[in-house]
Amino acid sequence: MVLRFRKLYFTEPTLSKSYESYETPKDEKKQATEKPKAEKKQEKGERNKKRIRWGCVNSCCWFIGCMCTTWWLLLFLYHCLPANLGVLKGPEPPGVRLKNEGLTALHPVVLVPGMVTVGLELWEGRPCSQGFFRKRLWGGSFTGILNRPLCWLEHLSLDKETGLDPPGIRVRPVPGLVAADYFAPGYFVWAVLIENLASIGYEGKNMYMATYDWRLSFQNTEIRDQTLSRLKANIELMYVTNGNKKVVVVPHSMGVTYFLHFLKWVEAPPPMGGGGGPGWCDKYIKSIMNIGPAFLGIPRAVSSMLSAEGKDVALIRSMDPGFLDSEILGLKTMEHMMRVIRTWDSVISLLPKGGDPIWGDLDSAPEEGHVCGFETKGFFQSNSRENNDSRNKDTRPRIEIKHGAKYGRMISFGKEASEQHSSKLHKVAPMELMQAVSNATCGEVWTEYGKINRQNIQKLADNKAYTAETFIDLLRYVAPKTMQRAEAHFSHGIATDLDDPKYGHYKYWSNPLETKLPYAPDMEIYSLYGVGLPTERSYVYKLSPSDKCDSIPFRIDSSAEGGCLRGGVYFTDGDECVPVISAGFMCAKGWRGKTRFNPSGIATYIREYQHSPPSLLEGRGLKSGHHVDIMGNAALIEDVLRVAAGASGEEIGGDKIYSDILRMSDRVNIEL
Amino acid sequence: MARRRRGGGGGGGGDAKKPTTSDQHHPPQKGKKAQQKTTEKEKNPQDFNDHHHHHQAAKKLKTENKKKNWSCVDSCCWLIGSICSIWWFLLLLYNAMPASFPQYVATALTGKIPDPPGVKLQKQGLKAKHPVVFVPGIVTGGLELWEGHPCMDGLFRKKLWGGTFGDLYKRPLCWVEHMSLDNETGLDPPGIRIRPVSGLVAADYFAAGYFVWAVLIENLASIGYEEKNMYMAAYDWRLSFQNTEIRDQTLSRMKSNIELMVATSGEKVVVIPHSMGALYFMHFMKWAEAPPPLGGGGGSDWCAKNIKAVMNIGGPLLGLPKIVAGLFSAEAKDIAVARAVAPGVLDKDIFGLQTLQHAMRMTRTWDSTMSLIPKGGDTIWGTLDWAPEAGHDCVSMKVNNNENHTSGENMKQDSNSSKAVNYGRIISFGKDVASVHSSKINSVEFRGSVKGYSCANSTCRDAWNEYHDMGIEGVKAVEDYQVYSADSVLDLLHFVAPRMMKRGGAHYSYGIADNLDDKKYQHYKYWSNPLETRLPYAPEMEIFSMYGVGLPTERAYIYKRSPSADCYIPFQIDTSADGGTDQNCLKSGVFSVDGDETVPTLSAGFMCAKGWRGKTRFNPSSIKTYIREYNHAPPATLLEGRGTQSGAHVDIMGNFALIEDVIRVAAGSNGTDLGGDRVYSNIFRWSESINLQL
Repeated sequence: MVLRFRKLYFTEPTLSKSYESYETPKDEKKQATEKPKAEKKQEKGERNKKRIRWGCVNSCCWFIGCMCTTWWLLLFLYHCLPANLGVLKGPEPPGVRLKNEGLTALHPVVLVPGMVTVGLELWEGRPCSQGFFRKRLWGGSFTGILNRPLCWLEHLSLDKETGLDPPGIRVRPVPGLVAADYFAPGYFVWAVLIENLASIGYEGKNMYMATYDWRLSFQNTEIRDQTLSRLKANIELMYVTNGNKKVVVVPHSMGVTYFLHFLKWVEAPPPMGGGGGPGWCDKYIKSIMNIGPAFLGIPRAVSSMLSAEGKDVALIRSMDPGFLDSEILGLKTMEHMMRVIRTWDSVISLLPKGGDPIWGDLDSAPEEGHVCGFETKGFFQSNSRENNDSRNKDTRPRIEIKHGAKYGRMISFGKEASEQHSSKLHKVAPMELMQAVSNATCGEVWTEYGKINRQNIQKLADNKAYTAETFIDLLRYVAPKTMQRAEAHFSHGIATDLDDPKYGHYKYWSNPLETKLPYAPDMEIYSLYGVGLPTERSYVYKLSPSDKCDSIPFRIDSSAEGGCLRGGVYFTDGDECVPVISAGFMCAKGWRGKTRFNPSGIATYIREYQHSPPSLLEGRGLKSGHHVDIMGNAALIEDVLRVAAGASGEEIGGDKIYSDILRMSDRVNIEL
Repeated sequence: MARRRRGGGGGGGGDAKKPTTSDQHHPPQKGKKAQQKTTEKEKNPQDFNDHHHHHQAAKKLKTENKKKNWSCVDSCCWLIGSICSIWWFLLLLYNAMPASFPQYVATALTGKIPDPPGVKLQKQGLKAKHPVVFVPGIVTGGLELWEGHPCMDGLFRKKLWGGTFGDLYKRPLCWVEHMSLDNETGLDPPGIRIRPVSGLVAADYFAAGYFVWAVLIENLASIGYEEKNMYMAAYDWRLSFQNTEIRDQTLSRMKSNIELMVATSGEKVVVIPHSMGALYFMHFMKWAEAPPPLGGGGGSDWCAKNIKAVMNIGGPLLGLPKIVAGLFSAEAKDIAVARAVAPGVLDKDIFGLQTLQHAMRMTRTWDSTMSLIPKGGDTIWGTLDWAPEAGHDCVSMKVNNNENHTSGENMKQDSNSSKAVNYGRIISFGKDVASVHSSKINSVEFRGSVKGYSCANSTCRDAWNEYHDMGIEGVKAVEDYQVYSADSVLDLLHFVAPRMMKRGGAHYSYGIADNLDDKKYQHYKYWSNPLETRLPYAPEMEIFSMYGVGLPTERAYIYKRSPSADCYIPFQIDTSADGGTDQNCLKSGVFSVDGDETVPTLSAGFMCAKGWRGKTRFNPSSIKTYIREYNHAPPATLLEGRGTQSGAHVDIMGNFALIEDVIRVAAGSNGTDLGGDRVYSNIFRWSESINLQL
C-alpha cells in the first residue's frame, strides 16, 4: 500500500519535469548551434554533432537522476516518518488482544513447516555454484535460478536411485525460525503466527521450528540428517526446561503427515524408530493443531507427477505464475521441472491415499453434488447455513444432477470421458499395459516418458478414466523407477487388519489409514483449514501435440470448461490446495471417537475458516482461507494462541464447520 | 572501456554546461550586487573583464530566467543520473562476470593462492568425525528484539546487536535503553526482551563482511561438516553465566544438543570456545556435572563421556586488564565493537555530550563483563614491584622471539637492571608513580574514605552512573592511593561501583582457592574461575590453548583525573604519557605486553602452561594440555583481507594454521599428532616465575 502511495507521488514530479526535459534538449541545441556562429572558432561541425548526440545521453542521464533523487527524497521522508504515523492502524493483532486478556505462554510450541516453504541452503556443490556456500538456493530471492538455471536445477535434484544427495552436492534445510518465517521477502509463512505468539511471551526457548529437508522421504530425513532425533530431543528439552509442560505441535500442510510419521517413529523401537516407548506421545504432547492438513493427499500431486503441471502454491505466488510456463530455460522448462520433481520422494507422499473408498470410483464420489460457486461468493455461506440447520442428509439442498461432476475420475482423457457413465467407457487395465513391450527410442532420457513408445501412450489415453487407485497403477507404468523408489517409503492404501505385523514398517507411518494413532488419551488433534475456495480435485487430460520424444506426452486440456470444470480442472471446496475431504475426513470420521485408527479415543476437532478476500490495506488478509495465507488468519491465530496458553478444544468452542465435510464423510464407507 | 567512453561523454557535457553553470552563480536578480562585489575585491582588470562578459551574458539570457533556475536542478539531476547509470552499468558488468574471474585476477596478480586449509585437508582424505560445538565470545553474538518499547516498533526479531547497527544511529537512546539490563537484577528490564540469535548465523559474521566464525565454518564444511554436526552455542553474552540458564535455559540447551550429537554420530564432541566463551564453557563443564537444583545433573562422568577436546581460541582464562579500564572509565572498548562500529563513533558526541557516560551506564548493567576482571590477584598479575612479564621488550616483540627463548635467562637479568616496566601496577595515577619504586610511593588508604554527595546530581539526568554518588571526596581518595595492583583494583572497583560489584560478586569470584575441597567451591560463582575450580574428571579429554602472539596488548594503565567534573566520568587514561625510547612499552598511557591485542599471553596461556599441566590440584585427572601459539603476521596483500596469518584476537579465526589444527582435531587427531606445544612467546618463563601452589 505504501508502495502504491509512493508511486503516486513519484510519478507526479517526474511527469512535470519530463516536460521540461523535453524542452531542454531543444534549448541546448539552440545554444549549441548559436555559439559556434558567434564565436566562429575551430572544430565547428565536429563539436556540433557531438553536442547533439550528447544531448540525448544528457537528457537520459537527467531523467534517471531525477527519478533517483525523487525516489531517495521520498525514501528519506518515509524513514523520517514516525513509526506509528506511517501506516493507518490496522485492527489490533490477536496476540496483543489476548495478552491484554491475560494470556501468557504456557505450553512450548513446535512448528512443523510444510513442503516447499522451508528454505534450503548449499553446503557443498559443483564449481558452478561457487560463492553460494550457505546461501539459500530455495527460498529467499531465488537469485540462483536466474543466474544459472541449469546449475540450480542440478543442485536441487536428488539422486534418482537412492533419493538422497547426488555425489558432491549437499543441500540442507535452513535451521531455526528463519527457515520458514518468510518464504520470499515479504511473503510470510510463519512470521505472523510467530509474532503473535511472541506477544504473549513466546521466544526462542519455548518455540521450535522443526525444519526438515522436504525433498526427502520422511524416513530419509532421519537417515541422512537425523532430523527426527533432533525433533525428539528438542521436544524433550522444551518439556523439561518449561516446567514439565507438554508441547503443542502446529504442523502445516505436508508437515502434518511428517508429524504423523514422527509420532509412530518416536515410539517405535530403535533400529527403525526413536525408541521413546509407547507412552512417549502421551507424556510429551498436549495437542496437535494441523493447519491445512493434507492427511489423505492432494489431487494436485497427481497432475504434478503426471505432467508437472500442478505447481505448489507458494511457488506460484512467489515467482509469477507465467514464469514456469514461459520457456526461459530453453524449450524444456516443464521437462526439466518434471525431472527434478520426480527425484523428490516427498511428492509421492502427497498422492491421494485411501483409493476409491475415499476419493470415489468412476461413478460416485463423496463430494458428489457439490455446487461450484465461482461467481457467487455467497453460495458457501448459504450452504453452510443449510448445513448447520439441518444436518440430516435426506434434505439435500437442491442440487441438480447435471452439475454433478464425476470427481472420482481423477484423470480422464477428454471432457466426454469425464462425464459419460462408466459403462460407456472403454477400459484397458493398466496391468495389461505393463506387459506391453516398451523400447527406449530416445537418446537422452530426461524423464521416464522417453522410455515409453508412442503406441503405448496412445493406449494409456484410450483407457479414458482413472480413479485414485488405478492412477497409482498408471504412475507405476509411466514412472516405474520413481515409484519403485518412493513406494519403499510411502503407501497409499487402506489397512484391512491394522494388527498385521507388516504395518510396523515405516512406509505406513505417514498414512493415517494404515496406522493406529499412538496411545495418548489426553492428546487432542485439531484440523484447522480454510474453506470456500475452489480447489483442484480432478483433471481432464489430452495427449500433447508435440511428437518430440523427450517431451511430456500428456497435458491438461485447458480448453475443457463447464460447471465445476475450469480450464481442464474440476474444482471442489477446499483451501485452494487441499480439498476438504483430505483435510477434514480423519478428524470428522476416521478418528472421531474410538475407532480402529484411534484406539485410545483421542479427541478430535475440526475448525474451519471461511475464506473472505482481503481488503486492500490488509495485505494477504486477516480472514483468508487460502492454504498458506491462512497462517495470517486472525481467527486461526487466536485458536492456536488459546490452545498454547492452555485451553482445550472444548474451551475454544469445539467444532466450527462451514463446509459439507460431515456429509461427505458419511458417504465414505470404510470400516472403522 | 565502456566506462571510459561514458566518462568522456560526461566531460563533454561539463564543457557544454560551463556557461550556464557560471550564469547560475550570478542569478540575474542579484547580478548587479555580485558584480559590485567582484569589482571591489578583484583588481585584476582581466578578471574584471571576464566577469563583465559573464554579466553581459547573464543579461542576454535574462529572458530565459526560468530555464536558468531550472538549470541548477538540471545539472544536479544530470550528475546524479550519470553517476547512477555508470554505477548500474558497472554492477551489470559485475553480475555478468563469470564467477571465476576474481580468482583469475588474484592468481594473475599474486601467483597461485594456496588452497584454504579445509580444501587442502579434504584432499588429504580427512573427513568429518567428531561433532563440533562453537562457543562464541562476548560481543560477537547477535542479539535480536522479541519485545520492546514503542520506540522499537517494527523491529521484531531484527538484530539490535550485530548486523548493520542501523538502529544505533536512528534512535540511539532507545537503543541504549533496550540493550541495557536491569541494574538491580542483571536480567531483562520490564517490557523488554532481547534474545540471542540462534544457530550458526548468530556469530558467523558480526557485521556485514566482518567474519567471526564464517571462515572456520566454511573450512569445516569442506571436509563434510554441516548443520547436523556443528552447533553454535549462542548465549546472551550480556548476562552472567548462571543467569543465561535461569532466564533462557541456555546451558540445558547446550547439554541436550551435545548429548544429541554424541548420540547420533557416536563420537564425542570437540568444543571450540572463543574469547569469553572459554570461561562460559568452563562454567558449563562444572554446571553439567553438578546436581540438579544448581546444575545440570549430568553426573561426574558427563564430560568424560561427551567431550573429546576443548580448543580455546584466545581464551582469557585469567581475565583481561582491558576490562578494568572498561569498567573504570569505559575507555577500553572490545575490539569487535570498536572495529565494526567505526572506532571514532563512541568517542564522538553523537548522543549529545554524554556518549561515554551512556556507554558506561549500559556496559555496567552487563554482568558478563565482570567475568573478565583479572583473576588470581597479585600472585598472577604481579605486585607493585614484580610482575611475571618483567623484562618484556616491546621492540623485539615484533621480531620472532622464539629464538630468544634459550637466552631468556640472560635477557631477563639485563632488562631487569635497566628500565623495567612495573606491569603489576595495573592502574597508576601519573607516569612518575608508574615507574618509581614502591617504597617511595606515598599512598593514602581509600577504602574507608567517605563519599561525599554529588553536588551535580540533578544536572546529569539520565546519564546515570555510580560516579555521581561518589562526590569529590571519593574521587580524591581514589587518586591519592596512587597505585593499584590486581588485588587492590578489585577493591577500587568495589569502591567506585559498589552496586555493580555487589551484583557481580554473586556470580563471579576472582581469587585463588586455598583448599579446593572446601564446600563453598560448589557454588556456581566459582565455576568460571580456573583458579577456584577443579577440572572435571575426564582423563582422556584434551585442553588446547590457542592464541595469537606478537601484538602489543594492553596490560596496565596510567590514569589522570579528567579536567571537567560534574557529569563526566572523573577519571581518564592519561594519553599524554609516552615512554619514548627507554620505556617503549608505554604508549599514550597504556603499558602493553605480548598477546593478541586483547588477551595478554599470560592470561591465555598460564593455565595450560602451568596451572593445569600434568597432575595438579586444579587438574586432578591430569587432562592433557597443549599450547598452540600463532605468531602474528600482517596480511601480505590487500587481497588477503584480514590475513591468513593474523594473530589478532578475532582475526585469528581466519588464521590458516589455526584452522588446520582445529580441523585435524575434529577429524580425529590428538594433541601430540598436531605436534604438541607450539610456542613463540615467553609464556613458559613467565609461568615459571609465578609462585602458585599446585
